[in-house]
Amino acid sequence: MKTAAQQPKFYQTMKFRRNLKHSIILFFLIAGSIALLTPLWWMISMSLKSPEEIAQFPPTFIPEKFHFSNYIEAWSTGPFTRWALNSVFLAVVGTIGSVFVNSLVAYGFAKLKFKGRNFWFVVVLATMLLPGFVTMVPQYMLFSKLGWINTYLPLLVPSFLGSAFFIFLLRQFMMTIPNEFIEAAVMDGAGHLKIWWHIMLPLTKPALITVAIFAFNGSWNDLLGPLLYLNEEHLYTIQLGLQTFKGSVQTQWNYLMAMSVMILLPTVLIFFLFQKFFIEGSNISSGTKG
Amino acid sequence: MHQQRPRENVLHGIDSGTETISGKPVPVALKKSKTAGKQRTENVNHVQKTVTKSSWLKSKSLRENLAGYGFISPWLIGFFLLTAGPLLFSLIVSFSDYNITSEMTFTGLDNYKKMFTADDLFWTSLWNTLYFVLFSVPLTTAGAIFIAVLLNSKIKGMKIFRTIYYLPAVLSGVAVYFLWMQLLSPGTGLINLVLSWVGVEGPAWLFDPNWTKPALIFMKLWSVGGGMLLYLASLQGVSNTLYEAADLDGANIFQKFFHITLPMITPIIFFDIITSTIGAFQIFQEAYVMTKDGDGGPAHSLLFYNLHMWNNAFEVFDMGYASAMAWMLFIIIMILTAFNLKFSKRWVHYEGGDNK
Repeated sequence: MKTAAQQPKFYQTMKFRRNLKHSIILFFLIAGSIALLTPLWWMISMSLKSPEEIAQFPPTFIPEKFHFSNYIEAWSTGPFTRWALNSVFLAVVGTIGSVFVNSLVAYGFAKLKFKGRNFWFVVVLATMLLPGFVTMVPQYMLFSKLGWINTYLPLLVPSFLGSAFFIFLLRQFMMTIPNEFIEAAVMDGAGHLKIWWHIMLPLTKPALITVAIFAFNGSWNDLLGPLLYLNEEHLYTIQLGLQTFKGSVQTQWNYLMAMSVMILLPTVLIFFLFQKFFIEGSNISSGTKG
Repeated sequence: MHQQRPRENVLHGIDSGTETISGKPVPVALKKSKTAGKQRTENVNHVQKTVTKSSWLKSKSLRENLAGYGFISPWLIGFFLLTAGPLLFSLIVSFSDYNITSEMTFTGLDNYKKMFTADDLFWTSLWNTLYFVLFSVPLTTAGAIFIAVLLNSKIKGMKIFRTIYYLPAVLSGVAVYFLWMQLLSPGTGLINLVLSWVGVEGPAWLFDPNWTKPALIFMKLWSVGGGMLLYLASLQGVSNTLYEAADLDGANIFQKFFHITLPMITPIIFFDIITSTIGAFQIFQEAYVMTKDGDGGPAHSLLFYNLHMWNNAFEVFDMGYASAMAWMLFIIIMILTAFNLKFSKRWVHYEGGDNK
């Protein structure tokens, strides 16, 4: 409401009306922002409280005393370093696979003319509508027959076999790159692999970064896959580790929140560093491109 | 492309020094044209003939086809091994009794019969899922549009708001569920604290079977910014002249919204509703983490379809029944999508068909 008071004089009606409209919009936006950000503040605040203060009623917004040691204590309640490294490994390898394989496939769909291309592209789009849970049970049966339970293979191999969403996203982006680039290279006798590597990859960098971010976040935040395929504690990912951590120290919310803050930190950092690419990604995938 | 190809090859034929992209007959023809200079023009014609007739048809198109399939082969392998194959296999399994280690025994429609007649929890889980979908999809869609419209106004600092509204959508995973378990805690949670300020005594949320699903829907609304970006992009594509024309006609904000903005973004709304319905149907992790090891919460009120499927597959290892459930889910989603598609003709507005 402050903003309404800050507005200049209202002798010009058009201007006044526009300012009034802007004030109302700003009021809603600020109120919404507070509503969205308070949970995050709550999490940080909880993570710094003592167990006694958490049990207090009514709860406090700012901790009386900042217990930064919560973070170290929470981290040392389990092999979290190991689990975090496992997660980093899975996320990095999976991201590399996603970026290269999906751009390879997208190049095929965007720039090569072959029989059945449109048919297979429709199949790609159709698999996007297929709920993942439908294939989860039979995939589990397949991977368990292959003896892949308690290995990282069920979590990594699919990243190297393409994902419909990423293929679609990259293909849309590649469609905007003029064919002349490729035709010229073909005339110079370059093969398509060379063209993909030397021309397409550099030109599609923004879209590749978008894919990398989504793939990394997807892997980092994945609970389902690890829950399904990993039973041995030393193989756990950070998400699975946190999930088991909840069972062991249910009441210690300060520790739980401290762990949560740490686990969300990589995602938040990536978001602020690469915000542009998040927005680009969702715009490309909308198929309208602004 | 089809028209260009012969021309390219002719150029290559004349340019004897460079490599050719087509197959064997061309170099042979080139040698000829080198040795017998007088017959050059004839040979060019000859080259053109061979290129268009045999070498282009066989070798060039074969090469293009091979290259094309080569490039999409990772996805093709994935499609057959991880999607189509397992899907068909699970169809067979759904008609049998199978727990991975046992022999597969054919039982006909028993699994499906059990689903419809003997398993009460199947209906509970389906109802819970439908409840969640029916409330969360319209609410998040409307919320996303509302925020996008606000963010689309030309005021300084909109970028900051866009960041703030999108941030929660980026956050996901176990940590977020823990945060919401804390926020929704009946005694010391933030939500009930805020409600108490306005004199409302908050419910027990995750502990009260009547409030568990609303609690999850509420949680989903936090990340409403994910869909907002989609709408913001499409709102920016709506041409300004439409609004200017409406201004001349003296239309107010609401008239402009309902008669211009909304119709113009219906294709995106349609896309969003289809994908978010499928997404909402797959709710699992939230219920798994926020109830005790996936037991479905108080009075099975959070036993969603996928959670029930999961329990059958990986707790009881009744793969036959779980596969039948997976196929039933597939059919339900297909019906819903088909319904969405059919119904869309009534309300989705495509620019091409308009006077614009």
